Amino acid sequence: MLYREALNLALDEMMEKDETVVVLGEDVGFYGGNYRVTEGLYAKYGERRVIDTPIAENSIVGTAIGMALGGLRPVAEIMTANFAMLAMDQIVNSMSKLRYMSGGKLLLPMVVRMPQGVVKQLASQHSQSLESMFACVPGIRVFTASDCITAYHGLKTAIMLDDPVIFLEHTLLYFEKFEFSKDSFYNPFKARVLKEGKDLTIFSYLKMVHDVMKVVTQIENTLNISVEVIDVGPLNPLDLETLTNSVKKTKRFVIVEENPKHGGFGATILSAVLEETFYNLDAPPLRIAGEDTPIPYNRKLELLAIPTPEKIYSKIVKWGKENGL
Amino acid sequence: MQQSLAEKFYYLMKLGRVFELRAKEEYMKGNIGGFLHLAIGEEAVHVGATVAFEKGDIFTHYRDHVYAIAKGIEPKYLMAELFGKKTGVAKGKGGSMHFFEPSLNFYGGNAIVGAHIPHAVGMAYARKYRGENTGVLVAFGDGATNSGNFYESLNLASLWKLPIVFLCENNLYAIGTRIDRASAITDIYLKAKPYMMAKQIDGMDVFEVYKAVMEAKEYIQEESKPYFIEALTYRYEPHSMSDTGNYRSARELEIAKSKDPIERLKKSGLLSESYIKYIDDLVEKEIEEAVEFAKNSPEPEETELYTDIYCEVCKNVIP
Repeated sequence: MLYREALNLALDEMMEKDETVVVLGEDVGFYGGNYRVTEGLYAKYGERRVIDTPIAENSIVGTAIGMALGGLRPVAEIMTANFAMLAMDQIVNSMSKLRYMSGGKLLLPMVVRMPQGVVKQLASQHSQSLESMFACVPGIRVFTASDCITAYHGLKTAIMLDDPVIFLEHTLLYFEKFEFSKDSFYNPFKARVLKEGKDLTIFSYLKMVHDVMKVVTQIENTLNISVEVIDVGPLNPLDLETLTNSVKKTKRFVIVEENPKHGGFGATILSAVLEETFYNLDAPPLRIAGEDTPIPYNRKLELLAIPTPEKIYSKIVKWGKENGL
Repeated sequence: MQQSLAEKFYYLMKLGRVFELRAKEEYMKGNIGGFLHLAIGEEAVHVGATVAFEKGDIFTHYRDHVYAIAKGIEPKYLMAELFGKKTGVAKGKGGSMHFFEPSLNFYGGNAIVGAHIPHAVGMAYARKYRGENTGVLVAFGDGATNSGNFYESLNLASLWKLPIVFLCENNLYAIGTRIDRASAITDIYLKAKPYMMAKQIDGMDVFEVYKAVMEAKEYIQEESKPYFIEALTYRYEPHSMSDTGNYRSARELEIAKSKDPIERLKKSGLLSESYIKYIDDLVEKEIEEAVEFAKNSPEPEETELYTDIYCEVCKNVIP
């Protein structure tokens, strides 16, 4: 199944089951969604429940907040995370705060979905990973979906929750195929161990999970070690328990993230894990992150700006050799 | 009818004013912290509109005390909120700018100028979707009408044919910037005119506000379309307690005060002197009790810092 189809299925099932679930965003209805995530829903549920909006991101989130206050469960689509910057006031000052500053009287059962990340030559304004901006705000949950199982189950849970959720997808994954079964177990509040190992833990999320998995066997063979790979899953609240348990076992960890290193979300993972595991460690931790530059248009330069499987391999091997592996 | 309305207006406006005057005093004594934005002078707009929207949903800006009182929240819970106490309407977590009471359809207190306007639009969508036709009213100042939230909301409400009343309280100042220095169009209702029915009214006359908002409410309920009202009003007090007020003249303030909505109602001939006296005494007593209640209420527990952020039982929500 395609990643976008898993998201579509989650939306379809939730809309079928619960009449208060509505979808809104730019081109989500008649057009079927720019990445076809909402395809078919307009024909099935009508314009009342699959709501085309003007290009007004702040009000897409703002009206979704009002809909949630009025007893609906809106799922707002922001076409890309880049455009969510126009909605940051609503996300940061209202969506994350109304429950708290009303002393718990206002609940916002709502989801804001958006894809992010570097795609292919879309240049600086369409190629950002902005998870740190969302994950640093208390009061909103931040989920990430790296494959069909996390997309389907994660989105369904996000819709059912009474908390506001930022649901991060990666643009390059929409047309990727992944294994899928409705019965597969996934807890979206927890990190996922994708591969067990005993000498090193690699943390990543969204598309970077796949770039790591592409080279993990190669890393194991070169360094003659066994590697544990963890999909961090929710970025806020973070499942610190799974993360630290793994590091206590392997005694080494590496974080692979697509966003720029300075202020990147890996810094938060690193400090949180380090505080709990410092005396367990056999090596200093390593972050493999994007460069601290905007993303250029030129393909060669673009690939220099972000981690790639080749870079992940060579950086980890170099670091491993320097640190006794 | 006219008389009973006049009595209601008088009680609520007086209650609002005495509440705020007392809040000002307590602020000076250091019993209330943060920002305190008073609506003294604007009571006719807040009370007239809220009485007309007794059953509907109301969304407001941060100058929310009198709306909350008129919507029926007991002053003692509001005063306790100003004191930051556990018994406050938001458990001491919101303060002056964040009064909310969804059980009374009061979605008040947003302190980002204009940010609550799309919330009200979304609420109107939800009400219409659910077949509930009590109407939504959103109040904001003239300052908000220069923001993107405002125009985006006018467009959406008109495009989606939503039953919502936009109520602009034009008090001429966005903190210290006079309207003609911030807005190319100073008759605010003209900004809304291309999108919907829009009119300008005297916001210092509580009957005029009530009548206009009632008409607007009936219109939105029957037509399922938005309606815009610009109420011309004035705040006597500075923007907040930390504002020097040096941007307007004593003469200007004096002229505004000569149109005082409470005094105007007293002179309408609809209220007996004995009624006025009875209410004045009642209100003093009620506010005194509210202050006592606030003073004697406990501080929130330290554990409250961590509650009302994420739902606590939701970990069970796994598909």
